[in-house]
Amino acid sequence: MQIISKKTHIDFLSPVRRKAAVALSVVFVVVSLVSLATRGLDFGIDFTGGILLEVGYEQAADLEAIRGSLADAGFTDAQVQLFGRDTDVLVRLPPQPEDSAIQVRDQLQATLEAGGQKIDLRRMETVSAQIGSELAERGALAMVVALLLIFVYVMIRFQWKFSAGAVAALAHDAIVTVGFFSIFQLPFDLTVVAAVLAVIGYSLNDTVVAFDRIRENFFALRGVSAEDAMNTSINEMLARTLITGLTTLLVLVALLVLGGESIAPFSIALIVGIIVGTYSSIYTASATALMLNVSPQDLIEPIKHPEMIDDLP
Amino acid sequence: MNKFPLWLNALVLAILLAGCLFALPNIYGSVDAVQVADNDGVAYDEQRLAEFVRTVENAGVTPEAAYLQDGRAVLRFHSTEEQEAAGERLRTAYEREANIAATLAPKLPAWVRDLGLKPMSLGLDLRGGVYVLLEVDMDTAIDSRMVGYQQSFDDRLRDAKIRHRVDLNGQTISIRLTGPEDLEAARTVIRRTDQDVLISDGADGKTLIVRMSEAQIQARQDFAIEQNITTLRNRVNELGVAEPLVQRQGADRIVIQLPGVQDPNKIKGILSATATVEFRLVDQSGGEPGSRRYQGRGTEPAQMLKRSVIASGDQIIDASAGFSEGQPQVNITLDSAGGENMLRTTMENVGKPMSTVFIETRREAVPGQPGEFRKLVRQEIISTATIQGVFKDRFRITGLSQGEATDLALLLRAGALAAPVYIVDERTVGPTLGQDNIDRGFNAIKIGFLAVIIFMAVYYRAFGLIANVALLSNVVFIVAMLSILGASLTLPGIAGIVLTVGMAVDANVLIFERIREELAAGASPQTAINSGYEKALSSITDANVTTLIAAVVLFSIGTGPIKGFAITLLLGIITSMFTAIVGTRTIVNLIFGGRKLQSVPV
Repeated sequence: MQIISKKTHIDFLSPVRRKAAVALSVVFVVVSLVSLATRGLDFGIDFTGGILLEVGYEQAADLEAIRGSLADAGFTDAQVQLFGRDTDVLVRLPPQPEDSAIQVRDQLQATLEAGGQKIDLRRMETVSAQIGSELAERGALAMVVALLLIFVYVMIRFQWKFSAGAVAALAHDAIVTVGFFSIFQLPFDLTVVAAVLAVIGYSLNDTVVAFDRIRENFFALRGVSAEDAMNTSINEMLARTLITGLTTLLVLVALLVLGGESIAPFSIALIVGIIVGTYSSIYTASATALMLNVSPQDLIEPIKHPEMIDDLP
Repeated sequence: MNKFPLWLNALVLAILLAGCLFALPNIYGSVDAVQVADNDGVAYDEQRLAEFVRTVENAGVTPEAAYLQDGRAVLRFHSTEEQEAAGERLRTAYEREANIAATLAPKLPAWVRDLGLKPMSLGLDLRGGVYVLLEVDMDTAIDSRMVGYQQSFDDRLRDAKIRHRVDLNGQTISIRLTGPEDLEAARTVIRRTDQDVLISDGADGKTLIVRMSEAQIQARQDFAIEQNITTLRNRVNELGVAEPLVQRQGADRIVIQLPGVQDPNKIKGILSATATVEFRLVDQSGGEPGSRRYQGRGTEPAQMLKRSVIASGDQIIDASAGFSEGQPQVNITLDSAGGENMLRTTMENVGKPMSTVFIETRREAVPGQPGEFRKLVRQEIISTATIQGVFKDRFRITGLSQGEATDLALLLRAGALAAPVYIVDERTVGPTLGQDNIDRGFNAIKIGFLAVIIFMAVYYRAFGLIANVALLSNVVFIVAMLSILGASLTLPGIAGIVLTVGMAVDANVLIFERIREELAAGASPQTAINSGYEKALSSITDANVTTLIAAVVLFSIGTGPIKGFAITLLLGIITSMFTAIVGTRTIVNLIFGGRKLQSVPV
């Protein structure tokens, strides 16, 4: 079976399409950055610190009654929302003195049990503001370190113009994925940071596979322009790019639908990231390398001992 | 062409079988059990195990299985009722010497257990429980040491008949002398008391400033955290939790994981409680140097108490709560030094009053400043009694409610914290959510896996089926590695496995697409297979190394949920390289290698 015909000859990198793709990417990135600057992210308590309680009821929960009762007890800044099901309620509070989580829980329990319902405490988290900012710092650090290491690896294996292309594509993917969370105000927690890093790994995987073929074709197709060689390479890898993207999306959709509410932001981040990453490894990475005037000579010079480098794990 | 030597086929088969063996313990599920662990960590032998079994059988309950695991006794039962009855019986008999905890034990057959195989452990988000991150208040650890120095310098200087005044300001002690002529003598006395402190001269020429050296501060902090870990471990053991984890994290933090605990209230109080007691004589004249006024709790009158402590909480080696004349009380046993001191003091002071001071450090929010906390030390007299006669290391204290007496006895028994601890991060997952997470996670794996294998079989036919065998063995290998490493599986970890399933086919897609290309270019079937594998290798390696970089960064910098995800992703990348390249090649060679092919079913 074949998804696409045996040999495609799509001119991905014609000047017009390239410019259109660059413009599209720039629009995506700018919209994401503007949203991040103006709307920000809906940070979970992993980053802000605070208290979170998830309780399950036997019947549908009455959010108004819960809000009222918590306000009466002095918790005026409590955020109350449904979580996945209409019987599950999530209550969030900003950082509080130590015993508040227990007070909130008791208050909830009292409110709900007054209505004759039993509640089941599913989850209770108390994170101090200090830990929150530490986790945020570490998350940001992880992204920067990963991008740096990847830049170095691609530089060793290929050449700095490819590195620049790869990192441009990755930064693009990361910004657009995080921007998506900002635009739609989806809950942003630690697992989303992990997902964005996984997206970086995945998208790079795609980019590197394309680069690998480009390198091969730079040597195989002598006398062909860099643009044509890259176009041919992208076409040759198209089936693989789409199939791997498809199988990965298949499992992620399963995770999103079946994995439950707490893993949903993670699945969404990966789904968005993989779609964006597939697009960017076709366009952003190669277009950036082309803009930097990449040519077959770039790959011949810096590799002094190709047989050694090919032996790298 | 395309034949592996026999030894290579055998090796691949051996690795696959080993993977299956190590993954095997995970298919048995678990049953209700009671775990008995010696308080001092002494390993039990078969004889003790038999004794526990007899104890349980005397209560009319027969364990379904009983065995030793890492020196602990595990007794499995058919039902929760039996488990509860057995736990009750064992607690009555062995509470003093052992930690008896209700738990879930894997239902492994004896031969699997005998091989030392274990299933992977489940993280708290899957099995339910409490996670607490405590921060140790290092300043207080140093402060309390400085108070000790202050007192001993004061005593030594007085012994040496040097007139002086000792003041403690934060973490510096200033010793004012009557004149410069005493400086050297005082310096010698201080040096003799402690050789390592830093001594400098004050500006007025008759004062010595004493500080702790960096090394001393470091040593004190290490001591404080290690001591706290020991104490917390003791406290946790008193709570009857199976497989608790108490571990240092970084310079000043301690992680505690209590699987299966559902109510964090009780636990949190016990963990961070710094409650301890001190015994002091009442200063009846009210004018002795160093005497201080202490508030009384409730209706207890305030008193002036003498400076020197007769005995303090860290000298208490045993404590139990009890009743006497309807009043709750705590029965105390002191260590020998404390007992000697108590003996001497009571001998000299019969008929005079002695007070028990209850000391507790808490942290409170500063009103109007969210996120800001201040430390409160509460010191209250809980009882004052006239010394009726001479006593030594055994006596009792009163003046507490029943709940307070029980908690205080536990805290005194487990030892005092060397420095106060504050909870900075606390997460509780209820058992229903844990089970939900397991069910949902495994459902997602099953359905995702099914979707991928159907797709591969349709798209690549026979080669797709071979890739599916590789994919299945990849999951087996991930589970086997997690079991060997003893790493916990978490919900993000399951997400990592799901993602690996989706991405692991990539290597095979690369290879199969390459074979198709080679065939399209006119290569013969055998050549196409061979060069497909060979030419795809560099792409596969590059692609996996880059993902590996991201996974390693995640693992080393990430915390909590990120780490759980990184570990399965990391393992998945490594095992998928093996299964997708070597594994599928072995099968392809076995089926198609070394014979004439008209076409390749790819």
